[in-house]
Amino acid sequence: MTAQLLTFYLFSGVILISSLMVISTKNPVHSVLFLILSFLNAAGLFVILHAEFLAMILIIVYVGAVAVLFLFVVMMLDFKTSINKDNILQYIPIGILIGVVFIAELIIVLINTKFDLSNIQVLPNPLSDFTGKSNTEAIGSVLYTDYILYFQLSGVILLVAMIGSIVLTLREREGVKRQVVSEQLQRQGKIDLVDVKSGKGVDV
Amino acid sequence: MINLAQTYFIEVMTIILYCLLIFVPLLLGVVMALYADRKIWAAVQKRRGPNVVGPYGLFQVPADGLKFIFKEIILPDGSDKTVFLIAPIITLALSIAAWAVVPVQAGVVLANINVGILYIFAISSLGVYGILMAGWSSNSKYPFFGALRSAAQMVSYEVSIGFVIITVLLCVGSLNLTEIVMAQKTMWFFIPLFPMFIVFFISALAETNRPPFDLPEAESELVAGYQTEYSGMPFVLFMFGEYINILLMCAMTTILFLGGWLPPIDIYPLNAVPGFVWFLLKVTFVFYLFAMVKAFVPRYRYDQLMRLGWKVFLPLSLFAVVATSTILFFFNLAPGM
Repeated sequence: MTAQLLTFYLFSGVILISSLMVISTKNPVHSVLFLILSFLNAAGLFVILHAEFLAMILIIVYVGAVAVLFLFVVMMLDFKTSINKDNILQYIPIGILIGVVFIAELIIVLINTKFDLSNIQVLPNPLSDFTGKSNTEAIGSVLYTDYILYFQLSGVILLVAMIGSIVLTLREREGVKRQVVSEQLQRQGKIDLVDVKSGKGVDV
Repeated sequence: MINLAQTYFIEVMTIILYCLLIFVPLLLGVVMALYADRKIWAAVQKRRGPNVVGPYGLFQVPADGLKFIFKEIILPDGSDKTVFLIAPIITLALSIAAWAVVPVQAGVVLANINVGILYIFAISSLGVYGILMAGWSSNSKYPFFGALRSAAQMVSYEVSIGFVIITVLLCVGSLNLTEIVMAQKTMWFFIPLFPMFIVFFISALAETNRPPFDLPEAESELVAGYQTEYSGMPFVLFMFGEYINILLMCAMTTILFLGGWLPPIDIYPLNAVPGFVWFLLKVTFVFYLFAMVKAFVPRYRYDQLMRLGWKVFLPLSLFAVVATSTILFFFNLAPGM
């Protein structure tokens, strides 16, 4: 029983419990808070694996940005009316179905020797040697050097998706007064700049 | 289990001791920062500020603290009581946790981790949860508005802070805070990266909800924003968390742009002064700037705040990342090239 094992069980135990709480608490805001707790503990697992860069990115992206927006939306819901306890049971069959599919897939992957990765001798694109590099450098060199084309491509796809969603949701509203800062700064004759003497004040 | 306890007992005790070594000066620093804040603010407005309790009013802040400790903790009837009480604890704990990686002198740091700057960025991005939870769990209109404003504000300004940090990292080639300071041995980064220094300073004001960006607790609009329903000890926890965050941002400005613990010029009488004195002086200077901004800048309107974050700082810092990397690349200045 090493300290590492103990921390692993601590983190994974909290993940399991808080994930369970995500689906079982009645209050959606509590669900999101438990989701955040399980994200944080997943980051802890990454730290145990010495993948500290991934851990920090997980916290910054998922906990610091995505989950904030989740919470933002859920907080504004009127959750007292949106919960109906009667039909929670109706989701059980589909839940069991998804669980069975997952377990079947896992069993196939783990048992079938065809998928045993240790038998594969030649990888199509072998990763470069990372000895002596911190994992920030290693991830950087894989993403931005070895697979730069795919990285750029996915970036362009995301950009297109972003522009598309903005175009689809943009409404031009009539009669909205907008502030134009440069015009305000340039206006003349309406404002006076007065040099106020210290301790004496100024007559208006 | 007994073996485990024997192996790790001394280690755990040392870590706890180090934590106390961070926490106690930090607490003292917050007390002094609160006092300095009120004194500077008073001086700008030609008032005396706190001057009754103790010599020069120095004990005003501890006296205020004692007053809060003895006050009753009021839990609003319709509030979500667990979340209501967890929120200030989270705020304080996160703000202290970030200090674990701040180096005050060469080698004097609790955890000298490789991704130090990312750790601080991650922890400070979690700070928004304390405010969101407080605002929601109070079950009251003004705190809720305060929390919504704050969430939008902190998420917006984090983006530009992130890009500013990237420009600094491009010049350093490491995420380690000690190495970031050591890279400024020849020139502090605020000289070549001056525009980014300004962007970082203003974003830090917005990130810590300081005036002119104190919209989450704008007292003329929202009573006290997310803190409205808090009293007694939980309120003190919020207050302390906020000020520790402000000091953290001052320390970050110092480390990223003002050369951390390095003396201004590396000559005899200056470099004989121990590093943490320089660090402390620089943090105090940045805090003085924070306090002065609070004293003479009026509060931003909400749409102006969003405009500044997304339409001015984001393009500016994005352009700076591209420009910095281009210059470093073409003049062969990039570290590790």
